[in-house]
Amino acid sequence: MDAPTTAQLTKKDFTTNQEPRWCPGCGDYAVLNTVRKVLPELGIPKENFVWVSGIGCSSRFPYYVETFGLHTIHGRALPIATGIRVANPQLSVWVATGDGDALSIGGNHLMHCLRRNVDIKVLLFNNRIYGLTKGQYSPTSELGKVTKTSPSGSIDSPIDPLTLAIGCGATFVARSYDVAGDHLAETLKRAANHRGTAFVEILQNCNVFNDGAFDAITNRATVQDRQLRVEHGRPLRFGPNQSRGLRLNSRTLSLDIVENADDPKHESELFVFDESNPLHAGLLARLSGEGVPTPMGVLHQVRRPTYEARLDEQRSHNASRQYTSLDALFRSGHTWRVD
Amino acid sequence: MTAEPVPQQTAPKSQTIKSAVVRFAGDSGDGVQILGDQFTSSTASEGNDLATLPDYPAEIRAPAGTVAGVSGFQIQFGSENVHTSGDVPDVLVAMNPAALRRNISELRKGGLLVLNAGAFSAANIDKAGYAANPLEDGSLSEFNVMAIDITRLTNLAVEPAGLGTKDAARCKNFWTLGLTYWLYSRPLDSTLAWIGSKFSGRPDLALANQLALKAGNAYGETSELFHHRYHVPAAKLPPGDYRSITGNTALAWGLIAAAQRSSRQLVLGSYPITPATELLQELSKHSQLGVTTVQAEDEIAAVGVAIGASYTGSIGVTTTSGPGLALKMEAIGLAVTMEVPLVIVDVQRGGPSTGLPTKTEQADLLQAIFGRPGESPVCVLAASTPGNCFDVAIEAARIATKYMTPVIVLSDSTLANGAEPWKLPVLDDLPDLRCHQEPPPKDDFKPYRRDPATLARAWVTPGQKGYEYRIGGLEKDALTGNVSYDPMNHERMTELREAKILGISADIPDAKVESGPASGQLLVVGWGSSYGPIREAVERLNARSIAVSHLHLMHLNPFPRNLGELLTRFEKILVPELNRGQLSQLLAARYRVEVRSYNKMQGRPLTVSEIEEQILAQLED
Repeated sequence: MDAPTTAQLTKKDFTTNQEPRWCPGCGDYAVLNTVRKVLPELGIPKENFVWVSGIGCSSRFPYYVETFGLHTIHGRALPIATGIRVANPQLSVWVATGDGDALSIGGNHLMHCLRRNVDIKVLLFNNRIYGLTKGQYSPTSELGKVTKTSPSGSIDSPIDPLTLAIGCGATFVARSYDVAGDHLAETLKRAANHRGTAFVEILQNCNVFNDGAFDAITNRATVQDRQLRVEHGRPLRFGPNQSRGLRLNSRTLSLDIVENADDPKHESELFVFDESNPLHAGLLARLSGEGVPTPMGVLHQVRRPTYEARLDEQRSHNASRQYTSLDALFRSGHTWRVD
Repeated sequence: MTAEPVPQQTAPKSQTIKSAVVRFAGDSGDGVQILGDQFTSSTASEGNDLATLPDYPAEIRAPAGTVAGVSGFQIQFGSENVHTSGDVPDVLVAMNPAALRRNISELRKGGLLVLNAGAFSAANIDKAGYAANPLEDGSLSEFNVMAIDITRLTNLAVEPAGLGTKDAARCKNFWTLGLTYWLYSRPLDSTLAWIGSKFSGRPDLALANQLALKAGNAYGETSELFHHRYHVPAAKLPPGDYRSITGNTALAWGLIAAAQRSSRQLVLGSYPITPATELLQELSKHSQLGVTTVQAEDEIAAVGVAIGASYTGSIGVTTTSGPGLALKMEAIGLAVTMEVPLVIVDVQRGGPSTGLPTKTEQADLLQAIFGRPGESPVCVLAASTPGNCFDVAIEAARIATKYMTPVIVLSDSTLANGAEPWKLPVLDDLPDLRCHQEPPPKDDFKPYRRDPATLARAWVTPGQKGYEYRIGGLEKDALTGNVSYDPMNHERMTELREAKILGISADIPDAKVESGPASGQLLVVGWGSSYGPIREAVERLNARSIAVSHLHLMHLNPFPRNLGELLTRFEKILVPELNRGQLSQLLAARYRVEVRSYNKMQGRPLTVSEIEEQILAQLED
């Protein structure tokens, strides 16, 4: 086998000859573009990448990235990715999944992948709708959402992907959005460098079946008021000129908005964000309501041994405790000779 | 309560017999399975051929003393070939009234019935559902009854160990084992040593169980209750080193051997399910032998892990039972279309749904062959004896890797838990399974270019530079593997996938008549665990100069090439199965032959005598 090389990889090296078949204007194009820019910068040989997906619009992703790729079955990308990592821990394994694939049919696998901390980068394309089947409500669709299968409005309360991930003991939880450009790129790089399951929710516009679902958050005109870019060790600030902030209300255990946050007398009240604290991540993930900003960036990151590392550790630990030859195993217990 | 029988003043006669069938039965907590295992081990040491069948309830501890909570263990051992655990016990050891009630109808008339009279309290008799004490109402008059207060005698025997009442009572099984050893003229040494090591951390328990074993043995010698004791001479097995092995252990070890002979890692994805759980338990102990096990969150994740590992170049395996196989089917279809190796083990149990989790059945054959969406052919194999599970595991890995295909291995509850003597194989003598060692030429690499001989695509794995390719569950172009909706390409791919599986028939041994004449009036065709009872029935009839033959199939999809021709050499074909006629349907449809089915759906193995009866009836018909 040739020695792996990473020299001079470019975006072009990660572009396949397959024409993407997403609808014109789909947010997936922007994510694909950013991914193709990020991958060459990671210092990983191209042949060591594997992209795995389930079923859904975003799950076509592997066909368009010039690495090893598997487009599998609905909901099951994570177990298959786990098998890949367990079989060869040298590989950089990425999963492209959607709100239906990861939170509905594959919800069980997400929960267990996160708690095991398998070293997989999970990109959850959340468009809050079923696109590939042409417009039915998904587990992240808002209550009352009118779709083809909920003509009177959905009666299912939505799941918050980040709260779910934190609850499962995820070691890396982040959020960005399709057209975020550098923010998405930086978030993906941090995910790539994380050892363990890196869970990234990417808010993604489905311009055909759920157009504008995230407009209020991503609209350039209001982005400063509606997005809270979190940064480890820094006070939570947002708004024009970072003039607004958040403080902890110790009575309600929630985050309240502080106006005039740039005023020195308010600055000390601001909540200083610690990404290693899952309670901080939980508070941020639950931020919602009129006029409340949506957190973006890495909400949580801690170091914990990966599943694969623990497998390895046990294997070394067992070196002197288990049979080391099959013949010795055959002869274990009671045997007898027939002459 | 009856008094113990009055001792007689004559010494028991020692009688040499060819074979014996003994069944132990008691409450789930009575230690019957340990009793059975130890008896098996000592039987093996004596050089007898043997076959065993444990029978335990689905409930871990059903209410004590009830019929639902009865656990059993049957062994047949002999000085000639033993193929089954025996139709009818010669000796029944029943540790309580419920065990008696559950098993008495199967004891041979005139057979020896050993009872723990100490457990026949009014409450226990009532719990077992008896209206009156069976020891007193004459209902056992057809049997040779030895009602012994084993509880009291055990308590007396273990007194020096100073145990509490509860622990002392638990030694009953070893007292009973000691008595049974006396009955079959067995030495105690190996069991005494086993007890010593088993309870090495509790010297008091070790001492008590050893005392109980010796006391039970001495009781046989001194009580003079028994008119006979027996001796079963050693069987003439081929020379070699032997051990006793269950089907589940043999299958697990076969998988390890296959991975080693492939020079690849074994990755098992599995989720616990009766009766396949021991496969996961056994394999999880062997990381030093190249095994990685992942206890997945569910059956689907388990097969997913195996597929991911296979795609990455390991021997990916998943183990389950019928309900789990159903859950895995969509993923197995993915492996069919991705064309990656995959070994799926289905240890069958009674169905449908949860069915009879601890009982046996052979009703997943059609599920294995057909139970996936679309035209989705896979190779299907079945093991025939506990020891044969080892060979079938290796054959499954051979076919899976050589042909880049899923292979389903069918075992069942009888094989999984049953044991027989097994000649230890020499690893270097096992088939060399290395294949796809060299990557294909890098220039113009096409993921779905096939080896013309096997129709298998190359096993190119992530990490191999210059081969980056993308495939999935969507239909693929027959050469490039790119997504293709071309109608003629889909038809061609469907035919290629089928031809690849059918082509395996050129790479497996021809079907061969196992016993009986090579042509004639009646051929009995079997698969799976019915091997033992069919073989024994056919041999018995052959010994009476009744011409009947036995064919047993390991390869169920595809069938051996000569099978159709072989079937035409017989006037009649009889297929006994623990299902409603699944192999029968396949043979009739494929070869246009008239097949006579014998079907049994009782959660129990076929018996020799019922197959004999069927054969005789078919010959007369």
